[in-house]
Amino acid sequence: MADQEEEQDNTGDQNHKPQDLPQVLVLKPPPVLSVIGEESFLSNKYQFLKAWESPLPLHQFLTAHAGSIQAILCSGAAPVTDDLLRLLPSVRLVVTASAGTNHIDLEACHRRGISVTNAGNVFSDDGADAAVGLLIDVLRKITASDRYVRQGLWVSEGDYPLGSKLRGKRVGIVGLGGIGLEVAKRLEAFGCNVLYTSRKKKTFLSYPFYSGVCQLAAHSDALIICCALTDQTRHMIDKDVFSALGKEGVIVNVGRGAIVDEKEMVRCLVHGEIAGAGLDVFENEPDVPKELFELDNVVLSPHRAVFTPESFMALCELVVGNLEAFFSNKPVLSPVMDV
Amino acid sequence: MAMIPGTKNKMERNNINPQDLTMASDANQECFPSNDDLPTVLLHRLPSFNSPLKEILQPHFHLLDPADSPEPATSFLSSHAKSVRALVCIYNTPLSAETLSLLPSLEFIVATSAGVDHIDLEECRGRGIIMTNASKAFAEDAADYAVALLIDVCRRISTADRYVRAGLWQVNRDYPLGFKLGRKRVGIVGLGRIGFEVGKRLEAFGCSIAYNSRQKKPSIPFSYHANVVDLAEDNDALILCCPLTEQTHHIINRQVLEALGKEGVIINVGRGGLIDEELLVKFLSRGDIAGAGLDVFENEPDVPREVFELDNVVLSPHRAIFTPESLEALNELVFTNLKAFFSNKPLQSVFKIEGKDYPVM
Repeated sequence: MADQEEEQDNTGDQNHKPQDLPQVLVLKPPPVLSVIGEESFLSNKYQFLKAWESPLPLHQFLTAHAGSIQAILCSGAAPVTDDLLRLLPSVRLVVTASAGTNHIDLEACHRRGISVTNAGNVFSDDGADAAVGLLIDVLRKITASDRYVRQGLWVSEGDYPLGSKLRGKRVGIVGLGGIGLEVAKRLEAFGCNVLYTSRKKKTFLSYPFYSGVCQLAAHSDALIICCALTDQTRHMIDKDVFSALGKEGVIVNVGRGAIVDEKEMVRCLVHGEIAGAGLDVFENEPDVPKELFELDNVVLSPHRAVFTPESFMALCELVVGNLEAFFSNKPVLSPVMDV
Repeated sequence: MAMIPGTKNKMERNNINPQDLTMASDANQECFPSNDDLPTVLLHRLPSFNSPLKEILQPHFHLLDPADSPEPATSFLSSHAKSVRALVCIYNTPLSAETLSLLPSLEFIVATSAGVDHIDLEECRGRGIIMTNASKAFAEDAADYAVALLIDVCRRISTADRYVRAGLWQVNRDYPLGFKLGRKRVGIVGLGRIGFEVGKRLEAFGCSIAYNSRQKKPSIPFSYHANVVDLAEDNDALILCCPLTEQTHHIINRQVLEALGKEGVIINVGRGGLIDEELLVKFLSRGDIAGAGLDVFENEPDVPREVFELDNVVLSPHRAIFTPESLEALNELVFTNLKAFFSNKPLQSVFKIEGKDYPVM
């Protein structure tokens, strides 16, 4: 017995018996957990309570453990609602493994004095790289001409239609947060003129600011959607915006599918009312409107603008960092400020 | 249809008023000053290569266009081109030593492409002929495209698009991730205009830039490597932006590909002949390099069949430089350079022809 106890004390991370550590509820494994693996999330400051591994019905499971659950690790597939929080009165922290927070009832968290952290800027570089990649792809028809070559058409049909120059294009960024700022920085190197709309004007930036998306679209050759999905931004890109963007206009979306009125966008693309689109997100993933498969001026991406092995690793470190900081009574690393 | 250049003089000599001809319906024709006052420029093109340059240059220069004449080219040149000082080479119309020998007064060649490997450079160098190319007009568009190919290969944009269109996203939610571009070390082969613009753009993505070029460029803050093997060894991606010459033919060989390694990526917006294509295909198929973005091939438009099976390659039908805007810029560049040449003013986008004895890479 003594030997076993010694062994337990000496095992790597855990100096305490498991049930002494604060429990972090995980309803469903976020993508980063599945991709990176649990071992990278181990800590001596907390322990994961994996709801999906329990044979108990969820409600029972939660009631049984309510006393020891002090934090929740969530993601889009496992939303944090007011009802959930009501069952877990000891929760003081919600950590989401995503930049977006539309799956969290932020108002309820605020009301209950619960801190919330998100993915901070770990995705900003990769998200920006992908957004810019999609924009150039649409403007210069890269994926379309790759398809053309693979179909043997370069040999039988000759040259593929030309794309359009980047320099001088007015690119309107919708949402100048972490990703939006990185997009702007890159676009400047290509000689694009950056414009933006955001909840608030950023006084430290000299890019022209527009208070509404329609106005921005009217002055832009391309729109890049980099904002969060909220009640205010749902279907914000609508008929009027597409009309303002115009027949030569291009849209890139690396935010959330529901920010765009997808049905309207598809209609505009099919009828040539806008010139093209680069889409990483859709209203009903993984369903993509079939009409888009017929179009050569659209680039489709399976929701991975922000995902690279490197960004996942950085996210893992941030999640662990936030949890450890919180349970050491230190300030969290990436708090979500607004409600 | 524009009149056949060169015939106007004959008609004037025979007292035929060009305006009486039904073909001379183009309003511009009536406003021409006498051809004798205009400097003569030879348009060198394959008959199938039509270029808007002809109409653009016609009001300002006495254009000779052998391709539009019923006379065989050699005879036309012998009769009409002995005193020609300037030639515009349309696209990649081959310009051989033989043709050049029929142009004893030739001093200046305006190439309308970035690459000039279709021109006998050795002959030009020997005769001290000045050459300008289209790099200045095309550099930015080529750089934009090269960067986009790199992002595409790294982040698997085109393959993922194929995956979604095949309906596979619904079947299998996961798809192999691409890898991060930022902080990648990128080696540029050939730091001319295009190479420089590529480097400038990739810096904004957080990449570190190194290069190999004929000469070190002390004023440019990228890290110089004396040869391409070293460049490949020290970097995660190679971007080929150099001209095709005898020295650079198959410069990307086994040694370079092995030095680049299994995680390495190669982007080619130069010429197909820069790479040992058969070997590259083997490396890609076996995963001995990670991926490639190719705008040019050794035998266009033929692309090796094996690459069609590969998901780590992005294929492009030789259009990195082409946008309507760059073509317009090209026309302007040609016009400006011709005017400058005939007024002894400085030229833009001069292509320096290196000799065989110069160390190249």
